[in-house]
Amino acid sequence: MRALYIARRFAVFLLIVWLAASLNFFLPRLSGQDPVRTKLLAEAQLGGYVHAGIEDMVKEYNQKFGLDRPLWRQYLSYLGDTAQLDFNYSISNYPRTVRDLIAEALPWTVGLLGMTTLLSFGIGSFLGALLAWPGAPRWMRYVMPPLWALHAIPFFLLGLILMYLFAFQLRLLPIFGGYSPGASPGFNIRFVLDVMAHATLPALSIILVATGGWALGMRGMMVTTMGEDYVTFAEAKGLRASTIFLRYCVRNAILPQTTALALALGQILSGAVLVEVIFGYPGIGALLFQAIRENDHFLIQGIVFTVIVALGFTTFILDVLYPWLDPRISYQRT
Amino acid sequence: MLRYLKRNPSLTVGIGFLGVLVVFIAVGMILIDPEDARPLSAPALHPPSWAYPFGTDRQGRDLFAAMVVGTPLTLRIGFIAGILGVVIGTILAFVAGFYRGIVDTAIRGVADIGLTVPGLLILIIIAVSVRGGLTVNQMALVVASLAWLNPTRTIRSQVLTLRERGYVEVARLSGMNGPEIIFFEMIPNLLPYLGATLVNAVSAAILASIGLEVLGLGPLEAPTLGMTLYWVNFNAAIINGWWWWWMAPIVIILLVFLGLFFMTVGLDEIANPRLRRSI
Repeated sequence: MRALYIARRFAVFLLIVWLAASLNFFLPRLSGQDPVRTKLLAEAQLGGYVHAGIEDMVKEYNQKFGLDRPLWRQYLSYLGDTAQLDFNYSISNYPRTVRDLIAEALPWTVGLLGMTTLLSFGIGSFLGALLAWPGAPRWMRYVMPPLWALHAIPFFLLGLILMYLFAFQLRLLPIFGGYSPGASPGFNIRFVLDVMAHATLPALSIILVATGGWALGMRGMMVTTMGEDYVTFAEAKGLRASTIFLRYCVRNAILPQTTALALALGQILSGAVLVEVIFGYPGIGALLFQAIRENDHFLIQGIVFTVIVALGFTTFILDVLYPWLDPRISYQRT
Repeated sequence: MLRYLKRNPSLTVGIGFLGVLVVFIAVGMILIDPEDARPLSAPALHPPSWAYPFGTDRQGRDLFAAMVVGTPLTLRIGFIAGILGVVIGTILAFVAGFYRGIVDTAIRGVADIGLTVPGLLILIIIAVSVRGGLTVNQMALVVASLAWLNPTRTIRSQVLTLRERGYVEVARLSGMNGPEIIFFEMIPNLLPYLGATLVNAVSAAILASIGLEVLGLGPLEAPTLGMTLYWVNFNAAIINGWWWWWMAPIVIILLVFLGLFFMTVGLDEIANPRLRRSI
């Protein structure tokens, strides 16, 4: 049963990978552009005049890139390249490949997103659980409404406000980039502190927005869970309040939250892309912005494919872990 | 109606925020010349004054005019995409949830997979593919291409619970056919829920469109709110201390999102009476 469950989830993951690759292949072709001709014409215009032989050049380049072959053969070779993570050269950073650029940017995004998602999920769930609990401190009532209102705001908008307050007015934190210009990257205390200072504002703008959402969801689940008979029974048995809270209520209420986490990852990532753009944080989002500005098709496609696959894989892992969190699922049909 | 609004403060606040925006647009339309929203119509980088209440940007747009012209454009993208998303989502949800079978499996599968994928990235690929400058309406269609996923999923789960209700059973036994049950029995009961879903969808669509615009993929000619923020980012207006440039669009976007958020909270309360006693 377990193997079958994992195999089915993995099949869904492969389906996502294939769909992402096909999307990358077909969408630009549907629009009927000729990338080679556009590029050559643009270069010729830069040079000041259009060659008489430009059509011949287009033909030659098309042959070189295999664009004159039938569509299905292009598609197959594209799928083959993609499977080997070969996304071609980046047009705007020519000698470098798309794969290199992505590999350089990915750790920054994974670090920022991993940290902020875990923190906001943990803090939010904890606050939400406490909020539903009758014995919660009174001050919590005043913390929650602002957090819920923040939840309605896009990440990057809060980022702009935080940037103005803390980096421009108070000058407490750096305003731009992933580390100070001139700092030598390496594993020493100074560089690590520098990176953390630069990550604080982007991270804060994600955490402050996301926490309210998790708190809201957790509070709703806690209210339902606390109405269950087994909680009343636990109270009647005279169990300690902390035991009832953690082992009976939170343990059950956290399960739908985890499902929601798997579904929310895509949205969180969409928002984080813009945060990176605003703060010039050297991750995937900023790289994507640069690619869009310079019309670097290969780089855009490489990034979109990588991110979709990475997220699909994370969802797959969460799916596999879920029955372990919730024994009732027991790897049968979901 | 008024009495109900008093009992439902969230809805009142939400409608109030959006009302402020509508009044702002309406009054602004009388006061400004839409031509002033174009570059080079005013001196560049002028802080707020009587002549230019919101100041001007680096390319010489009167920001007051740009906001009056841009806010309805952003709202229009959101409403077109949101309405399309909910209509398509409702149809798919009823086909899937009411008739079940293999169609249901397919629709649910597509929606579930689509929702785990970061929507903004797909929209970027689409927007980059249809280059040559999007118009505002095309932009709405691009955003709508993914706006149906969430409504489909949430409405379908509502349909699943509704179809087991007693009155649906009665309607079925009394010989009503499928479409009749859907239109006369189920949809009227879902209306408040569909309303909340619509407001959510509009909010998500505006968020997506502003995201695309901030990345520079929106209609470059139109002074939409996201496009103003694109220029703010492009010219590093915050570091340079041109606070008025980003203040106006941010306040308006805050009003839009908070207004829509409070409206959903209020509508949820109508759709789900059990929430009324909580908090």
